[in-house]
Amino acid sequence: MPQIFHRSTNMISRFTIYGAVVIIGALGYALYAIAMSPWYTEQNMARQQPVPFSHRHHAGELGIDCRYCHTTVEKSSFAGVPPTQTCMTCHSQIWTNSSMLEPVRASYRDNTSLAWTRVNALPDFVYFDHSIHVAKGVGCTTCHGQIAEMPLTYRAGTLYMSWCLDCHRQPEKNLRPKAEVFNPFYEPPSKHHAVAFDGKEYTDQLAMGRELRQEYNVQSLQSCSTCHR
Amino acid sequence: MRIELGQSGTASRGHASSGRSLARGLTIVCLGAVAMLLFGCRLDMHLQPKYLPYQPTDFFADGRSERQPIPGTIARGQLRLDELFYAGRENGVVSNKFPFPITRADLDRGRERYNVYCTPCHDYTGTGRGMIVQRGFPQPPSYHIQRLRDAPVGHFYEVMTNGFGVMYSYAARIEPADRWRIAAYIRVLQLSRNATVQDVPADERQNLTQQSAEQSQ
Repeated sequence: MPQIFHRSTNMISRFTIYGAVVIIGALGYALYAIAMSPWYTEQNMARQQPVPFSHRHHAGELGIDCRYCHTTVEKSSFAGVPPTQTCMTCHSQIWTNSSMLEPVRASYRDNTSLAWTRVNALPDFVYFDHSIHVAKGVGCTTCHGQIAEMPLTYRAGTLYMSWCLDCHRQPEKNLRPKAEVFNPFYEPPSKHHAVAFDGKEYTDQLAMGRELRQEYNVQSLQSCSTCHR
Repeated sequence: MRIELGQSGTASRGHASSGRSLARGLTIVCLGAVAMLLFGCRLDMHLQPKYLPYQPTDFFADGRSERQPIPGTIARGQLRLDELFYAGRENGVVSNKFPFPITRADLDRGRERYNVYCTPCHDYTGTGRGMIVQRGFPQPPSYHIQRLRDAPVGHFYEVMTNGFGVMYSYAARIEPADRWRIAAYIRVLQLSRNATVQDVPADERQNLTQQSAEQSQ
């Protein structure tokens, strides 16, 4: 019985066998790259808002504390989007002719809601509480990024579970003294920048983080039901 | 379930039919996998039928899922009978009394809250030249003028609660107890400009005069 396949087909079969491995690997990598890309995570992408509100101007240049508007961040799971009354506290007197602020004035005048677009939204099966994080020395900018340098607000983290767990597994990587939690210009300790805590100067985040973790009794909570309840 | 049926079928029939039913079983498994891939990506756990804070709704005409209480209703535990604590008044007259004793911790909390909510206009020392004033907001009076030095603490509480002139109410932003602590801290700011060495406790006075002597040397 003659050979059905010519010898040269061995080459093709080898090529397809090894090629399959490469192709499957490349596909896997492509899927991972897409899942991590800002196109999919919406990280670093500024949203369209009814008013082009600038955190850089308000929190950065004017130095208004985060809590001035996000009043419930210390006592509630939700940091709070300010009511229009908070905007109008200043803008009833300042920039009163600005057409950019007309939606704000209309909202106050007609008692209608300003429909802001959520920038950091978690899926409904995740329980997240702002108050415990800020009470344990996790700063605003740790998760929200350099908010005082954002002309338009964007999401700084991927909000993936791995992103949460990264810190939950080793909280000392990100803890800061409680007095610095709401400081949008806080810099973690480094060789060039010392941070004072408890009468000591630290130039190493992990060394200070371990100290803070003990002092604030920060637990490394990784049980499923911590966040999924 | 279907796969199990296929397998039990093979036992009763012969070899020839077992190959066919195996193929049929495989087809069902493959179709099931494809179906799972196609319909597995459901979002009903991501978007559960519940309202999280500020989530809009199309059920009510104004689009708000959070409802205002009907005018005149009082939630349990929110009956505000304590006139001094909630209005800063006693028998309708602005009071100069604090509704609770002010401790060092209250003053620290008052300073923190003052720095968050008041400094944009009143600035850190209370002279009324905060950042927003520098940007064009009408300048509020300094806390250090005689009229406000003589004003009862209830006055400051009342201004924070109801607003005053171009200042809006801060009742939604600052809780009543914190408003009292801020009022106490305003008293601290006022005292800071008018204290004499006699106001310093005797044991601390020694320390203070020593320090100033060292500085002048």
